[in-house]
Amino acid sequence: MAIIIDKNLCVGCGACLKACPYDAIDMIERKAIMNANCIHCGSCVDSCKFKAIASVASDAPKADLSSWKGILVFVETRDGAPAKVALELLGRGRGLADERKVPLYAALLGHQVGPMTDTLIAHGADVVLTVDDPQLAEYRTAPFCRALTGVIRDVKPEIVLIGATIIGRDLAPRTANRLRTGLTADCTELAVEAASGLLLQTRPAFGGNVMATIVCPNHRPQMSTVRPGVMKPIKADTARKGEVRTVKIGLKDVDLKVIVRETIKTAARHVDLSEAQIIVAGGRGVGGAQQFNTLRDLADALGAEIGASRAAVESGWIGHDHQVGQTGKSVSPKLYIACGISGAIQHLAGIAGADFVVAVNRDELAPIMKAADVAIVGDLHQVVPMLAAEIRRQRKEAVA
Amino acid sequence: MKIIVTVKQVPDTNDVRIDPATGTLIREGVPSIVNPEDRHAVELALQLREAAGIGTVTVISMGPPQAEVALREVLAMGADDAVLLSDRAFAGADTLATASALAHAIRKIGAYDLIICGRQAIDGDTAQVGPQLAEFLQIPQVTYVLNARFGYGGLLIDRQSDSGTQRLTVPMPALLTCLKETNIPRIPTLHGCIGAYREKKFTVWSAADIGAPAEQIGLKGSPTQVRRTFTPTPKGAGTILTGDPAVTVPKTLEILREKGII
Repeated sequence: MAIIIDKNLCVGCGACLKACPYDAIDMIERKAIMNANCIHCGSCVDSCKFKAIASVASDAPKADLSSWKGILVFVETRDGAPAKVALELLGRGRGLADERKVPLYAALLGHQVGPMTDTLIAHGADVVLTVDDPQLAEYRTAPFCRALTGVIRDVKPEIVLIGATIIGRDLAPRTANRLRTGLTADCTELAVEAASGLLLQTRPAFGGNVMATIVCPNHRPQMSTVRPGVMKPIKADTARKGEVRTVKIGLKDVDLKVIVRETIKTAARHVDLSEAQIIVAGGRGVGGAQQFNTLRDLADALGAEIGASRAAVESGWIGHDHQVGQTGKSVSPKLYIACGISGAIQHLAGIAGADFVVAVNRDELAPIMKAADVAIVGDLHQVVPMLAAEIRRQRKEAVA
Repeated sequence: MKIIVTVKQVPDTNDVRIDPATGTLIREGVPSIVNPEDRHAVELALQLREAAGIGTVTVISMGPPQAEVALREVLAMGADDAVLLSDRAFAGADTLATASALAHAIRKIGAYDLIICGRQAIDGDTAQVGPQLAEFLQIPQVTYVLNARFGYGGLLIDRQSDSGTQRLTVPMPALLTCLKETNIPRIPTLHGCIGAYREKKFTVWSAADIGAPAEQIGLKGSPTQVRRTFTPTPKGAGTILTGDPAVTVPKTLEILREKGII
């Protein structure tokens, strides 16, 4: 793709300068000119009312991509069980596979992984591809990259999905390079474009201030890392049938240069927002560390966890563990109660997986109010204690 | 001890605001800065050079000519020399094409013991260039580094993992990507700032200088393409409750109960 500005049509209005997130357009003698900052994102194309800007397809030759078929999910494991994100990706992968009418593969790399295959099939996999080797007992980049690359070359899937965990973000870029294909990081949305069959990979960009949709038109597989907590697993069905196939991979000495000496597990933290069913979260509007106790009381009444916006964390009112949003955690509770949070895009991206959002804010025009299912306009210091009291009162009534 | 540190000049995305009327980014007045984690990478390189007692730290960046400012800033911290890859042919690069250009340049620089990168840049947040560079150079990578020191004939490293901390050893040459927790970057001294502009070697290379074929860099060398960027549209309007909390609070709970949420 390249961006072409037709100087004859350009009237020098400057609308594209404002639309460009990368400061890549200069106005020279009342004509818009691209500078070296341009990453061909296409934002300017829609901004031009005079149709002076066009995005044209690159002249790169189209490789034969038709032999790549199927969706492959990399199954990350934790203590002998699939990580939650792996089941989420199988859930989304199942949808994509049905849409494309292709098989869903689960790549399971590790040592003595046999007991996990049934779970993967129950969660949607058609074929589980296992690589079993003592050298894969614990995650290390090089042997896992060798094994995953081998599996991908073996089945040639059109799409590869990997969780955007620390392991996934270490493994995916190295693997994508070995396959000399494209990789999109931290996707929050995946869809198939009807006309082209391309995977539309949407992710927050520019510090979470905008969303970008990325495609990989001329290389296969199309690879994405996907944020944990965004996709939903399908309901496990133990009656589902699937195939288990072993893939033989020869690891090399060069893969074993890094030696793990010790693994220190941090004690399970009390805060686990990504697994929480209900979250009560506070932002700048809470007003101070002390005032978070109001939220804690409501959380206590609901059996909820406490979340926070970046503003609240950076003000030192609450620990970083509680931060929700682009730089914090993505969450997918059934209920998210946002108190005094304005709703920066980073934060909204972080709560995109929430089933139901209640927002309490004095400002009716705050972005969070538009993202909420129920928006209560009012002072949180009045509303939140009343919510807690009312919930407790109704509980008591129900018991009595 | 020859250490190379990759540095990116980025817009300070913490300062970016959205125009509520048009939904577009307000870029005006957003300053360009050295990517925060890259300053920690430079600090780690300086500390390892000091621990080794001998060696050089070369900083390298790819970007428009004004990225020189970012390189001068890390030279002022104490890096020894700088290379800027600047050429229109590099423009439009995704992470793979960026890593490819850096790999060509590093091969031209010659023998090295260590490459250190920041984990990710705040304008893209991908964390991909480091591992992709390590793959091009066929050297081991250690990402999410918390600290690194010499030991076991190479480096002894603590890195963050999904469940805690991993302690591992890696022979050199290797590539590390480091986190903010690694160290506190030093503040350039006045002497350092003057030296950064007067004494330190600063080289600018074009695509031809590093012998990078056109199809491996820039737009042509990028498998991924941005189809569209947009400010997310809020989902369909929800229920807005205004007025006395004595009314809005019970109403909210009624809706939550109807939906079976509580």
